[in-house]
Amino acid sequence: MLSLVVFLPLAAALVLAALPRIPDAAARWAWVAVTAVEAVLVTALWAAFEPPGDGGVAFEEQVAWIPTVGSSYHVGVDGLSLPLLALTAVVFLACAVYAVREQDRPRPQAALFLFLQTSCLGVFAAQDLILFFLFFDLSIVGMYFVIAGWGHDNAASSALKFFLYTFLGSLALLLGFIGLYLASEPRTFDMVELAAAAPLDGSPLAGGLVLGAILLGLAIKTPTFPFHTWLPPAHTDAPAIGSAVLAGILLKLGTYGFVRIAMPMLPEAWRDWAWVIIVVGIVSVLYGALVALAQTDLKRMIAYTSVNHMGYVVLAVGAAGVAGGTDAQARQVAVTGALTQMVSHGLITAALFLLAGVLRGRAGTYHMGSFGGIAAVAPKFSVLFAVGAFASLGLPGFSGFIAEFQIFAGAIGTVPWTALALPGILVTAALFLLATQRLLTGPVRGKAFDVTDLRAPELLSIGPLLLLSLLIGIFPRPLLDLVEPAAAAVVELVGR
Amino acid sequence: MSMDADFAALLPEMIVLAGAITALLAGSFLPRTRQGLTRLIALTALAGGAVSAGAGLSGTARTVFEGSFALDTPTAVARLVICSATLLVICLGGDELGGTPRESETYALMLLSALGAMVLAGTDDLLILAVAYLLASIPLYALIGMGRSPGAAEAALKTYLLGAFLGIALLLGATILYALAGASAYDQLRAGLVDVPSGAVAAGLLGVLAGIAFKAGAVPGHFWVPDAAQGAGVAVAAFLTTVPKIGALVAAYRLLTTIPATVDAALLIAVLAAASMTIGNFAAFSQTDVRRLLGWSTVSQAGYLLVPVAVVGTGALALPSLLFYLAAYAVSNLGAFAVVAATGHDELGRYRGLARRSPWLAGVLVVCLLSLVGTPPTVVFVGKLTTFTAGWDGGFAWLVVVAALNTAASLFYYLRWLAPVFRPAECDQDAPGPGPAPRRWPATVALVAGGVVLVGGVGAGAAWPALEGALAGL
Repeated sequence: MLSLVVFLPLAAALVLAALPRIPDAAARWAWVAVTAVEAVLVTALWAAFEPPGDGGVAFEEQVAWIPTVGSSYHVGVDGLSLPLLALTAVVFLACAVYAVREQDRPRPQAALFLFLQTSCLGVFAAQDLILFFLFFDLSIVGMYFVIAGWGHDNAASSALKFFLYTFLGSLALLLGFIGLYLASEPRTFDMVELAAAAPLDGSPLAGGLVLGAILLGLAIKTPTFPFHTWLPPAHTDAPAIGSAVLAGILLKLGTYGFVRIAMPMLPEAWRDWAWVIIVVGIVSVLYGALVALAQTDLKRMIAYTSVNHMGYVVLAVGAAGVAGGTDAQARQVAVTGALTQMVSHGLITAALFLLAGVLRGRAGTYHMGSFGGIAAVAPKFSVLFAVGAFASLGLPGFSGFIAEFQIFAGAIGTVPWTALALPGILVTAALFLLATQRLLTGPVRGKAFDVTDLRAPELLSIGPLLLLSLLIGIFPRPLLDLVEPAAAAVVELVGR
Repeated sequence: MSMDADFAALLPEMIVLAGAITALLAGSFLPRTRQGLTRLIALTALAGGAVSAGAGLSGTARTVFEGSFALDTPTAVARLVICSATLLVICLGGDELGGTPRESETYALMLLSALGAMVLAGTDDLLILAVAYLLASIPLYALIGMGRSPGAAEAALKTYLLGAFLGIALLLGATILYALAGASAYDQLRAGLVDVPSGAVAAGLLGVLAGIAFKAGAVPGHFWVPDAAQGAGVAVAAFLTTVPKIGALVAAYRLLTTIPATVDAALLIAVLAAASMTIGNFAAFSQTDVRRLLGWSTVSQAGYLLVPVAVVGTGALALPSLLFYLAAYAVSNLGAFAVVAATGHDELGRYRGLARRSPWLAGVLVVCLLSLVGTPPTVVFVGKLTTFTAGWDGGFAWLVVVAALNTAASLFYYLRWLAPVFRPAECDQDAPGPGPAPRRWPATVALVAGGVVLVGGVGAGAAWPALEGALAGL
């Protein structure tokens, strides 16, 4: 069942890629249909999900793959991965709907995005480090072609920078994985076994180095300060749906790695270096917010707020590793907040990037100074943009609030000086209000005259994303019920 | 003497030799421009060699001819890969070589050079190593010069001079080792080199390794590779970047097993490996000729391939990962050259819009180049993964880090080639159209290679136990 969920998009992608005769319209609708089926399948997974006991995973499938190095095709889901699988299905569905009027090579584009969907789902489902790495790398390759093939302006150089930078990160990750493998006894790449064994506990130097390699890889992917420099150009030049997937899903591969790999497998090293992680998180939060404030390009601004929002996640998982004298409850709240933040950021930022794409589609620019008074000409766009902005700045009632509240409640309860990151919320609020004001209010001017209101596919793709954020903000229980036991398990693993 | 003069054990070598001679003789009786029959002869011989080599995979390890030739898994794998790779090269050159005046000579020389590489891989004796070196090298000089262009002449001269010079170094090194141990066979070297001054052993080792590095295209014997890859014909370029390497690296592995612990041979190899991958990569950065780019890329690949050689004997993973990587590299590299042969373009810029013109070739190029980078799920990824693991396990964590950094750096120049492929062709250019349709033979080889690269990467698990099982019988 889980393998079907992971590989169905790939199968569809192969069909689309291999048959050049497929008409464009059929390719576009096939894409929508497959992603819709995926969404249904993931919903079914969620409905059938029973929390696995004690470090196990549900819907487990394992087949020997490269037995020599103890690597197998091993997939499964738990409370950490299921929300992200669902997020992946939702964001890709939204992208497929958004692109239903795409004119630029729709068949290869659909094939590429379906391929990308498989690689993202695969990362979240993988329970083997080599399998994880395989899907992780494939997601980079897929995104490279998305940016290089469908991007604009300096797409070629941005895509190259993205590929080189994140590929370097993935190799650091691979080195870390090999270190874990060599330390394990018996040797294995199996994530469940490695998490249970924590093979490098008791050797602080080797543990620190391996954690360093893994953190470097994940930090580039997340991205955190100072490894974020690939992100703004990649986003600026990527097509709208590429940006939505990049920010909504691909960044989560990094933060997911923290809770899935780094924390459970290297608990001692994680505790030793938790303060570094917290500092990196705080700097990312503040730096991302301040740089975003200074942007005049809407897409760059949203890109930098991603650095800010991912900073909260890093801050929270770092705080969860600080041991001694603090109660596990607070750390658990922080990790729950981090997981919620991943889902929340995925929904909201994907919506914002799609909205930015609408703006560029109509007026050909992201420059905020070129617009003004859009509210008068495009009310639906304005409503959705305002909702997205408020959701992103963490207004109560939206998922971002639930996430960030828990992150700060947990982190400050554990490490009081993480309160240093609080101004980040303020700056983010300011910059979103400023952007909303610049774009939407005032007299209609400049390129705003070109902005026609949202069409049905745009409304039907962006609207549900924000609606889901709202739903999570008001009824967080279904999500939290899933996430909280998983967070508790991670905190327990890292605290042992 | 007569006891182990087991000619049947050398069946693959015999078949290839017979193929070379037959092709040459047949060629001299056929009209100059209608020598297609010799291709059939060469292909049959190589297929026969590959099949008989494959049959040898299951046998138990032994040596023949007084311990001078090893019949074990490394030999069997090297024979199999060399024969299959040469087979692919000849198919790849089907359109390029077919009907040319020197067709039969080309095939004969390729078979002879391949034979040299096979002996290089199998030999357990310094003197035979020297003979194999010459057998693998001399046909190569002629093959490179066969193109008759100024570039080919220069490349042939360069290769010849370097090959002659490093061949002398090899002979000198062999002489020193022989003098020290009083024997040239490896098992006697193993015993004889233990109690002799380590400086002298190191000097001898260095000399022999210099010769092997020439064949492997590794530092310090790498200077000829990019020139030859650019100057020679496409099929010859594919051949010379692939086949000699296989024999040379297995030879390096065998040689290293004879060196006593008093000489830190592993460190020497590790330094050469690091130098090869770094120099190869940095030189490849600015190339605009794809064959020259691939030439430098093979220098860096030789560096990665030396990593398991350095740690051979420290872990069970080193030898199988070397053999697997060799096969994986061979098919990926040949796939890339097949695309070059199919399109007929040497300049990077000409690949613009290839994805539109021939999507399948573009797909193969993506798969093969990403395989050379080492991206999963391609074959070289599995090779790199096991190589890195073996290297780290053998105590060369720094080398693995260098290799990983180089891998990331190598992505840059492979992408310089891939990026234009997916850009729309410029219409307003006054270029004479997109060029001819892809050639049939190399296009077929490209598809086969691309398929093997993918299937091999995903199905690596099936190949590994077989390889390990065969090695366990050593």
